[in-house]
Amino acid sequence: MSSHPAFDVAELAAGVVLAGAVLALWRKDLRALIPILALQGAALSALAAVLAVSDGNLGLGVVAGVVLLAKGGVVPGLLARVVRADPGSRETAPLVNVPASLVAAGALVVLSYLVAGRITALAPDRLTRLVPLGLATVLVGFFVLVTRRKAVSQIVGLLLVDNGIALVAFLLTAGVPLLVELGASFDLLLVVAMLQVLATTIRARFGHVDLDQLRELHD
Amino acid sequence: MTLVLTSLAAASPGFAVRVGTSVLQVAVVAVAGPLLLGLMAKVRARAEGRVGPPVGQVLADLRKLVRKEAVRAEHTSVVASLAPLVLVASAMVATALTPLVTTHPVLAGGADVFVVVYLLLMGSVALALDGLDAGTAFGGMGSSRAMTIGAISEPALLVAILALAVQARTSNLPAIVTATLAHPGWVASPQRLLALVALVVVVIAETGRIPVDNPSTHLELTMVHEAMVLEHGGPDLALVTAGEAMRLALLLGLVANLFLPWGIDSSGSGGALLVGLVVLGAKLAVLAGLVALVEVSTAKLRLFRVPELLAGGFVLAVVAVTTGLVTR
Repeated sequence: MSSHPAFDVAELAAGVVLAGAVLALWRKDLRALIPILALQGAALSALAAVLAVSDGNLGLGVVAGVVLLAKGGVVPGLLARVVRADPGSRETAPLVNVPASLVAAGALVVLSYLVAGRITALAPDRLTRLVPLGLATVLVGFFVLVTRRKAVSQIVGLLLVDNGIALVAFLLTAGVPLLVELGASFDLLLVVAMLQVLATTIRARFGHVDLDQLRELHD
Repeated sequence: MTLVLTSLAAASPGFAVRVGTSVLQVAVVAVAGPLLLGLMAKVRARAEGRVGPPVGQVLADLRKLVRKEAVRAEHTSVVASLAPLVLVASAMVATALTPLVTTHPVLAGGADVFVVVYLLLMGSVALALDGLDAGTAFGGMGSSRAMTIGAISEPALLVAILALAVQARTSNLPAIVTATLAHPGWVASPQRLLALVALVVVVIAETGRIPVDNPSTHLELTMVHEAMVLEHGGPDLALVTAGEAMRLALLLGLVANLFLPWGIDSSGSGGALLVGLVVLGAKLAVLAGLVALVEVSTAKLRLFRVPELLAGGFVLAVVAVTTGLVTR
């Protein structure tokens, strides 16, 4: 890791992932979230590819391909199908309104800098300094998970958490082993595929996918 | 004034050249502003399948308005006659300070982010007072709306540029542009990316374009800027329109040069100046075309949802500054 283009790509990728997380919190239109997730996936894949080239690590190159395929293509594609099939899930009804959640996101970013600053101080270099961005993405993803009601929005939150974890993994350990990444990507794929089936079933039963209204038991 | 300038020119050689380039910048922006408005109207019309007015239409309108007799509403005070002048003058001073064509504008030492943003704010406040002056319902409504939007967008503008200032470790605009030229890698940094998204939102709000304000409407429920200038006609209206057009060109040029400064004149030679001029024109035309295309494809936001949009921009700007402070 010495060449400058690699650092530049890493900085850009980390910026895209965090900006995407804040944008996902900002936009209420679920259709607008899918390109954001696809872009995040592409940025993570580019980061892995650059690390693979600069380290000469073939396994990491394969991981880059898997990430691009799963997070940049298949998962956003499946989500797009869910959103298209359900016109009612286009607008999310967050528990916390948008300006307040944006302020919360700002606070979470500051918090992640305070916390991750101590971790990165152990081995300061240009890559580990970007770790707070990944942690902030994880926190913003959790925030989306707890404040959004629609099933699709919650999946978006889960995907944000996963992208944040992947970013931290690439930055700190120069990539996760191929087997782990394959497993994680497959898990994610399975979750989104299950959501698609589940959302279709829920809608067929109740006519909506608002999880807040699923508290009572029905026969 | 001439005496002061000549004595200053004698004191520091090259000063006369810098005054010349700053005057050139103001002249370019004064002409480019109305042309950009015309270009945006043309792009919108073409995208909607209409032929649209010629690009020079706004300039022709301005020429027509200047020749007309100055008519003011009955109960207006001195504010109505001064406000258009303050708007244009503040825009001109801000333009003279900002690195648009050259990185060495006159008084570059004073070309601070805060100075430029507050000069722009001065113009906004003058226009808001102007809207209130005639005492009509529309004018006051427009002013109150413009101030509601401005109260969030001005700090966001400041904070977004501060994210770049933190990176360059100076709040001097020409110095930020020069530092970016020296470090091309900065363009891809996370704080720049976040600040860029914030700035785009803020510039759209500041220049009164869709989705914040619709410049081509006179519907009382939606208009913001048009409501404020409703009482003006003739030379006053020409001044207000020219001032707003200059602010548009200035803000678009500032965004272009802060994020992609290449092509700007940094040596002060005649050839580089010419290149800077042509490149600035190209950047402005491309940005204005993009803004116009966004306008065609989006609907205007409800007024109550505008603060939500701007709050998003503001938070992105704050996140950009935080990122910049920690990763520098």
